[in-house]
Amino acid sequence: MKEIEELKLPDDIRYTDDHEWAKITGDTVLVGVSDYAQDQMGDVVFVELPAIGDTFAKGDEFGTLESVKAVSELYMPMSGEVIAVNTALADSPELINQQPYATWIVEIKPSDPSEYGQLHDAASYLQLLKG
Amino acid sequence: MRYLPHTPEEIDAMLAAVGAASLDELFASVPADCRMTRAWDLPAPKTEWELNDHLRALAASMGVNEQTAVLVGAGSYHHHIPETIRVLAGRSEFLTAYTPYQPEMAQGTLQGIFEYQTLTARLLGVDVVNASMYDGASALAEALLMGLRIAKKKRRVAVARAIHPHYRAVVRAYLEPAGFEIVELDTLDSGRTDLGGLGSLDDLAAAALQSPNFFGVIEDLDSAAAAIHQAGALFVACFTEPLAYGLCRNPGSCGADIVCGEGQSFGLPRSFGGPNLGMFGCKEPFTRNMPGRLVGETRDVEGRRGYVLTLATREQHIRREKATSNICSNQGICALTAAMYMASLGGTGIRQLARLNYDRSEYLKNLLIKAGARIVFAGPTFNEFVVEFAADFRPVRERLLAKNIVAGLELGTLYPDMAGRYLFCVTETIDRQTMDTIAAEVGA
Repeated sequence: MKEIEELKLPDDIRYTDDHEWAKITGDTVLVGVSDYAQDQMGDVVFVELPAIGDTFAKGDEFGTLESVKAVSELYMPMSGEVIAVNTALADSPELINQQPYATWIVEIKPSDPSEYGQLHDAASYLQLLKG
Repeated sequence: MRYLPHTPEEIDAMLAAVGAASLDELFASVPADCRMTRAWDLPAPKTEWELNDHLRALAASMGVNEQTAVLVGAGSYHHHIPETIRVLAGRSEFLTAYTPYQPEMAQGTLQGIFEYQTLTARLLGVDVVNASMYDGASALAEALLMGLRIAKKKRRVAVARAIHPHYRAVVRAYLEPAGFEIVELDTLDSGRTDLGGLGSLDDLAAAALQSPNFFGVIEDLDSAAAAIHQAGALFVACFTEPLAYGLCRNPGSCGADIVCGEGQSFGLPRSFGGPNLGMFGCKEPFTRNMPGRLVGETRDVEGRRGYVLTLATREQHIRREKATSNICSNQGICALTAAMYMASLGGTGIRQLARLNYDRSEYLKNLLIKAGARIVFAGPTFNEFVVEFAADFRPVRERLLAKNIVAGLELGTLYPDMAGRYLFCVTETIDRQTMDTIAAEVGA
């Protein structure tokens, strides 16, 4: 596993306590999992996705990641409606390991865009990881 | 003398090691009101031959013995068990094996389970079958929980009233404390389940039918699949008599999403109702939501075929409270026995045996009709059917009992509105002479 200093933590996205990331793209937000999360999970073998149109509150479980050694729940970084899911993950779940920040899992239309400001920035998330 | 594996010398050595003078001193910390002070109330010891006589006498006092012809099924079926099954399944390697976590230690057990899964998947017409559940009733409850899991936010399931009453009781025990709602679907005059009300049920995660159902009637599974899917629910098909699928189209090919039930018919003695075998399978898209263990085929580092527990991340030793089920065991020896039975008979044998059950059952049906009885449901049946007699059947049943024939199950205790009607089961073990005797007594 990587040392904390080796983790990639881009500055243009925000992070949750549960290691999801959120990225604003116009009116919508892309959601994925951080380099730390994919590294801890090991090889991801299956991603359970929500349905388009599902709505969730911030902190709700919206799917699961299954690796060779564990299953982890995915939690919403912000409240909103799922407007797209990354169907490429059905055949290529390993994309999450290979490119954690280029591989979004769901795209949501946030019901309260101000929630973005409550998420960790890269520096704050790094502090969280350092404990 | 007590039957303990330890010699007095060994006990003394162990007491010395822990520093206790006697067994009483060792157990002194157990509170007095938790200790038994009186002697065991047991009969005097018997010699081996006295004990054999005693057990033989007990066996002979039971309602069912070797000489009895049993025309009661209702979820537990009297079938011929080939001697090969007894010999093979009795091998000590099979009886001692436990959970095959370590593939390097347990290839035989794992392959046995894999063969069971493969044969059962073919029989039921599903893509994947698990390593087995405890019994048909708990398998049905797990199937409905699985339907609720897949549907996520829905809270309601529908269950046919023609499903075995014990199964429905287990379903209630599993679902009601968790706050799920169970709607019962009535039985039509044909003996089939009324699916007319399904359309008006919202919030429906899954609907379950049994076929052949408790009254022996074969449900119209194709129409059921259409109606249930139309209602936006998953179709759970359950069974108590898998032999029927030797003759009837299996639930998977009729559109069932989850198929589950009891495998006792396949080589397992009834033994006062257990141990049984919960068969459980589903269509491929739902595999990850399936409860229980699953054995998969793989290749080892040298490219040789091998078997291993697979998709174990669904299970509770990894997923804890988020596991798909709290069942992390299976009925290993029963599943292996069923696999041996299916492999012994083969597809052709299962078809022929099913045909024999059907033919004999129809033979008795016709005899009873000629003797003045009425077959209650018009729907097609396999090896069970419900009979209503013109006169009180109880004295006839008593006379038949005296001739070592158990003639049907009175339905009143399980279905009060069916009091006085009898559920008959005719398997290959019931010969023509027995059926002629029953007809003669009914007509007498």
